[in-house]
Amino acid sequence: MKVLLDSGRCQGHGRCYDLAPEVFGEDDEGYARVHGDGVVLPDAERVATLAAKNCPENAIDLIQDNALQGATS
Amino acid sequence: MTVDDRFADLDWHRDEYGARGTAPVTGPVSDWTTDFSHVEPEWSQNPYPILDDLRQRCPIAHTDRFGGAWLPTTFEDVAAIAHDTDGFSSRSIIISNVRPPLDIAPVGVAPPISSDPPFHHGARKLLLTVFTRQAVKKLEDATRAYCHELLDQMQGREVVDAAQDYAQHIPMRVISDMLGFPPEDGPKFAVFVHNALEGINLTPEERVAKSALLTDYLYAQVQDHLANPRDDLTTYLLETEVDGHKLDPFHVLGTMALLLIAGIDTTWSAIGASLWHLAKTPADRERLAAEPQLMATATEELLRAYAPVTMARLVKKDMHWHGVDMKADDWVLLSFPSANRDPERFERADEVVLDREENSHVAFGLGIHRCVGSHLARMELRVALEVWMERFPTFSLADPDGVVWSLGQVRGPRHLPLRLG
Repeated sequence: MKVLLDSGRCQGHGRCYDLAPEVFGEDDEGYARVHGDGVVLPDAERVATLAAKNCPENAIDLIQDNALQGATS
Repeated sequence: MTVDDRFADLDWHRDEYGARGTAPVTGPVSDWTTDFSHVEPEWSQNPYPILDDLRQRCPIAHTDRFGGAWLPTTFEDVAAIAHDTDGFSSRSIIISNVRPPLDIAPVGVAPPISSDPPFHHGARKLLLTVFTRQAVKKLEDATRAYCHELLDQMQGREVVDAAQDYAQHIPMRVISDMLGFPPEDGPKFAVFVHNALEGINLTPEERVAKSALLTDYLYAQVQDHLANPRDDLTTYLLETEVDGHKLDPFHVLGTMALLLIAGIDTTWSAIGASLWHLAKTPADRERLAAEPQLMATATEELLRAYAPVTMARLVKKDMHWHGVDMKADDWVLLSFPSANRDPERFERADEVVLDREENSHVAFGLGIHRCVGSHLARMELRVALEVWMERFPTFSLADPDGVVWSLGQVRGPRHLPLRLG
């Protein structure tokens, strides 16, 4: 799984970095940032999904592995 | 340091409301779809059945009161307006019988909440760094200690007023410490909050006179901070620069007013409404006492179900919008509480589900005006409930008829008699 954050939509609610600190962090104004390249380790998939579903701005997209494979093949 | 003369000859009682006043209309609502009023007792007692009904059959209500206002009730409509800063102005965000003059935009009376783009961005940026989750974390220990102190004073009493004796003091102390105001001025803050948010269906003259009391107080705090600069938010606002310029004096005073009023009333309401729910719902109270690990989802769910804050906008120009004809300068009541109970967005929208995991509620608003203090409010609410549940896990409504809810756009209990034990 991979997360995509739309920083144009993010308003710094902070739900994602509260729920999924493994995947998201915050900048010095409180807006969300994705750690690394956004690839989610299997152990963190549950919290990454929760983060996406709790974002009031719908700013987080989840790309499932099969879609990722489809895109690169 | 050069002498700061921004405030020297300032006529701080500027006539903000010179533009357009309307005569107050009071009395029972005849039809909620065409004559709604959020300042009548029926609404403040329990607005949710009204909103649920309107959402099903209306869904955008209107009233001629306040000189004309709209009330969208679906999540989709509320979100669309919150995101549309071209169509809807924030130059006033509390519906009353006075519309501030058009030329007060894009700054508005209390930046950045009252500001429109492009001015809004810089005014908000100033505050974001002060209110990040990291910055707020540093205040948690002191907040927790203060909650304990308040409850120490209740020990041994059978019945307490959780709104007056507990909930209101927590945000008052936190924000007055941040602004560098004397903590003993709490009773004054309660009056300012009441005037700003509940004294809304008054004549324009009465409203202006009441808001002058707050400005007088803030002006005195500015003078004190200019004479004795210290490490607090007031001094920060006085000294900070945007694009190489210090802030306009009205920007400083307006932001101080915003932080004081919005910092107190909202969180007071959230803490009070949460304790009210737990007091009247023994199953939820017992579950939260037994499973304190539910506190994270529980606080979000209580924020969803009892979102204290409704905002307002002013329509910028005549337009046909989602089936209704809006006119320039019509008010729009932006009900985050209604959005939060839209069954199209939330399953079991009318139930409180303490372990609700998927909860994209909008208690703190949406778009560029997302509550700048949301991280602070969340910390205060969580700590207030944690300490209360730890100290007084058993409590109930001592007098259900004695619960008094605030009027207007910020809803929470102003009196909440609870029986302890």
